[in-house]
Amino acid sequence: MSGIPMEHSLIFAGTLFAVGLVGLLVRRNIFFMLMSIQIMLNAAGLAFVVAGSKWHQPDGQVMLMFILAVVGANLAVGLVLVLRFRCVFRSLDESAAGDSQGPC
Amino acid sequence: MYAVFYISGAVAVISSVMVVTRSNAVHALLYLITSLISVALMFFVLGAPFVAALQVMIYAAAIMVLLAFAIMLSGSGIETQNDPGLFRRPMIWAGPVALAGVLLCGLIYAVTSGGHTSLDGAAVTPEQVSGALFSPYLLGLELISLLLLGALVGACRVGTGDKNAEPGGTEKG
Repeated sequence: MSGIPMEHSLIFAGTLFAVGLVGLLVRRNIFFMLMSIQIMLNAAGLAFVVAGSKWHQPDGQVMLMFILAVVGANLAVGLVLVLRFRCVFRSLDESAAGDSQGPC
Repeated sequence: MYAVFYISGAVAVISSVMVVTRSNAVHALLYLITSLISVALMFFVLGAPFVAALQVMIYAAAIMVLLAFAIMLSGSGIETQNDPGLFRRPMIWAGPVALAGVLLCGLIYAVTSGGHTSLDGAAVTPEQVSGALFSPYLLGLELISLLLLGALVGACRVGTGDKNAEPGGTEKG
């Protein structure tokens, strides 16, 4: 087994996930929150492909394709919601939804 | 090939940190595309060339175009209109271009030197992936198609809005 150690690949995946999680928690702009979610989902897909490459099974790549479809559905609905959010609250700050007297 | 993997992983982490720390959404989007392409190169080195191509074609191209359109529509990069020379200054695009250049060098090295796409010499071929996708994961595939249909209908419903609702109000349900 002359491949890359699985730990190193998973460390990369975990680091990417942590960066995305920190971005999701820190940033208040909705677009940055969406992009942080993209980073986190991408890190999860990297972990799947690493595991699939470790045992030479195609299941990890199938899971990555599912993640691609989920990301597409996620962004399609999420971006439409963001544009509606901006129309309603006149802001891209997610805390504007809690501060104002908006509809709930 | 080991160096290509670690370099692309470092590029992925660096560009992801740049995504989180940017102030302009368009600049963050450039770094996000760089991050996705570097992860695709990691897939390529790990012996998954099929999903590497899918990652570049679907994720880094199509889905990011969707995100770019939404950012432009929302006017999030509106402050650049006050400074028309902003995109002509090299500092804005120099970072993603430099990182993508590093990835290009890694890709050229991986293609020309390796001859095969996996470090173990046993890449998972697209035949295996499609065989697994269409026999044991067929139900998941159907569920994914239902999910995409639901997302399409939901996006159309929310995007067109309720014309009868009062201004500032949202539709119920």
